[in-house]
Amino acid sequence: MPQAAHPWNGFWRCEVNISRRQILILLPAAAVAWKSVLAGTPEASSNYTMSDHWWGMLIDIPKCIGCGNCVRACQMENDVPDGHFRTWVERYHVSDEDMTNPEVISPDGGKEGFPVAEEDGKKYFFVPKMCNHCADSPCTQVCPVGATFIAPDGVVLVDPKYCLGCAYCVQACPYGCRYIHPTKEVADKCTLCYHRITKGLTTACCESCPTGARQLVDLKDPKDPIHEFLKTHPVQVLKPQMATGAKAFYNGLDGSVR
Amino acid sequence: MSGVEGFMYPNEYGLQWSVLIVLYPFITGLVAGAFILASLERVFHVEAVKPTYRLALLTALSFLIVAPLPLQLHLGHPERSPEMYFTPHSTSAMAMFGYVYLWYLMAVLVLEIWLDYRREIVLLAQSSKGLLRIVYSIMTLGSSNISVRSLAIDNRAGWIVTIVGIPSAFILHGYVGFIFGSIKANPWWSSPLMPVVFIFSAMVSGIACVMVLYMAITKLRKQPIDIRCVDSIAMYLFYVFIIDFSLEMLDLIHRVYEADESFRSLNFLVHTQLYIPHIVIQIFIGTLTPIILLGITQVVHLPEIVRKRMYATAGCLTLVGIFAMRWNVVIGGQLFSKSFLGYTTYKIGLVSKEGLLVAVFLSILPLFILWALIKLLPPWPVGNEAAPTAGD
Repeated sequence: MPQAAHPWNGFWRCEVNISRRQILILLPAAAVAWKSVLAGTPEASSNYTMSDHWWGMLIDIPKCIGCGNCVRACQMENDVPDGHFRTWVERYHVSDEDMTNPEVISPDGGKEGFPVAEEDGKKYFFVPKMCNHCADSPCTQVCPVGATFIAPDGVVLVDPKYCLGCAYCVQACPYGCRYIHPTKEVADKCTLCYHRITKGLTTACCESCPTGARQLVDLKDPKDPIHEFLKTHPVQVLKPQMATGAKAFYNGLDGSVR
Repeated sequence: MSGVEGFMYPNEYGLQWSVLIVLYPFITGLVAGAFILASLERVFHVEAVKPTYRLALLTALSFLIVAPLPLQLHLGHPERSPEMYFTPHSTSAMAMFGYVYLWYLMAVLVLEIWLDYRREIVLLAQSSKGLLRIVYSIMTLGSSNISVRSLAIDNRAGWIVTIVGIPSAFILHGYVGFIFGSIKANPWWSSPLMPVVFIFSAMVSGIACVMVLYMAITKLRKQPIDIRCVDSIAMYLFYVFIIDFSLEMLDLIHRVYEADESFRSLNFLVHTQLYIPHIVIQIFIGTLTPIILLGITQVVHLPEIVRKRMYATAGCLTLVGIFAMRWNVVIGGQLFSKSFLGYTTYKIGLVSKEGLLVAVFLSILPLFILWALIKLLPPWPVGNEAAPTAGD
C-alpha cells in the first residue's frame, strides 16, 4: 500500500531523524535539564505545604570557627555575584575596657577565612550574618509594589520579575542583608535556599558548616530540636530594639554585636 | 575596600541612592513651595504678591513635569514603574508616589492653570494662526464660553482648587519627608520631624525660587521689578525660613542631647565628611547668611537697589542651602554603616546614568520647560491685551 494513501500521513510528515546513538545522548541531557527546571519551581515540589512550616535559623556563635565555608557554599549554590553577600561572617575583637566599640572585620565577607588573630588577651569571636527572615520585616513593608514579601512559611523572598530595583528595601533593612544585583538590577537576598528547603533539604550554608554552627529550624515542627534548645539556652536576635520579629536566633550573642 | 573607613556590612560599600535621589526631593520641594506662594494671593488675598501668581504656578508645573525623571532614571527596571499604579503596596510610603503625583499634577496644578488661563486660551485660539491655533484650540478643551458669568464660575472653581491644592502640596512634599523619616533602620533619617522639616524647607525653596526667577525674568524683559511684591515675598521667605531653621535645630539639639547609640557615629560624620556640605554650606552659607540678609531688610530701611541685591543674594543662597540639605539627608544618610562602626564615601560619576551631567541636565530642564510655558501662556499682559489675574 502506498504511503501517501495513509490518512495519518500528513500528521507524521514532520518526523525527525534521530539515531539511537543521538537519543542515548539527548535523553540524559533532557533529564538533567528537567531536573533543573523542577529545582527552580518550588511550587511543583510534592508534599510541601507552605502553611505547615515557619522557617528560621539557629546560629550557635561558640561553634563558629570562621572558616567561610558557609559563604562559599552560598555563593556557589545561589550564584551570588562577587562583592555581594547573602551571608557573611564577621570577626569581633572586643576589649573589656570599651565593649561598645568593638573592632570588627569581614574581609570579602569572610569567604576565605580570617587573618591570624593577635595574642592580646582580648575577646575574639565570629558572628555569621544573613537575612533574619523577620516576621515583621521592614524591607517588605516599604516595597512599593509588593515584589518582596513574606511567604506563608515565614521566608522573606523577592520576585525578581516584579522588582523595580528602587532599593528602598535595601535602605529599610537594619542588618545590611540586601543588595541590588549588579546585572539583574533587582533586589537580591538570602532565600533560605528556598529551592532546597521545600524539597526537604537543608540550606547550603547549614550543610557546609563543619561544626554545626548553623541549623535550619522549623518553628512549626513540634519535633524540631529548636524548641528544646530555645528553652534551655540564652538565645537572642540581632538588634532586638528594631522589633522586626527576626527569626535568626543567636546562641551566645555578645552584647557588642551590631 | 577603598573609600571605606572602619567596618561596614559588606553589602553597604556602595550607596544605593545617588545624586538623582537628591534632586527628587529638591524638585518636589520647589513645586510645593511655589504653589504655596501662589496660594497666598489666591486664597489669602495677599495683593502684593500678585505679579508672581501665574509665574509661581508655571514654575511649579515645569518642575513637577521633571520630578519623576530622576526617579525613573534611578530605577533598575523603569519599565516596571507603572506597577506602582496598578499594584501599589498598601504599606509602602513610596507606593503613594504615583497617586500623589498624578493627583497634584492633574487635579491641582493643570486644572488651576487651565481655569486661570481659560479666557486667554480662548482668545489666543481665535487670534493665532497655524499650529499654535490648533494647540490653543485643543487647550480650550472645547469650551469657548468666556462670558462674565462663565469666568466668574472659573474663578470660583479655581479658588476651590487652590483650597484643595494647599493640603495637596503639603502631602506631596510631606510624604517625601515620610519616605525618609519612616525608615527606622537609619537613625539619620528616622524622625517624626522629617516630614514637617521637608514641608517648611519646601516652602522656603519654592518661595526663594519664584522670587529669584521673577527678578531675573523681569530684568531680562527689561521691565521694572515690582519692589512691593519682592518686599512681601522676602518677608514671607524670612518668616518661613525662621520656622524651618528652628525645626531643623530642634531636631539637631534633640539628637545631640539624647545621644543614642548612633550619636557617636553621626557626630563623627558631621565633623568629617559632612562638615563642608552640612555645617558650612547648609547651615552657614545656605541658612544663616540668607536669614541674616533677609532679617536686615526687615529691620533696617535700605534703598531699593540694595534691597533687591540682598534679596537676589539671599534667594540664591537659600536655594544652595536647601539643595545642600537634601544632599545631606539623602547622601549623608548612606555614608555610615548601620553597624555604627564605619563610613563609606560617595563618588559622583560624570557621564554615568546617575552621574553629574545627567543631574545638571535635569536641574536646568525645568527652566527650559518654564520658558516654553511662558511663551505659550504668558504670565503677564502681552501687548495691548491686559490679562486679568486671579481674583479679578
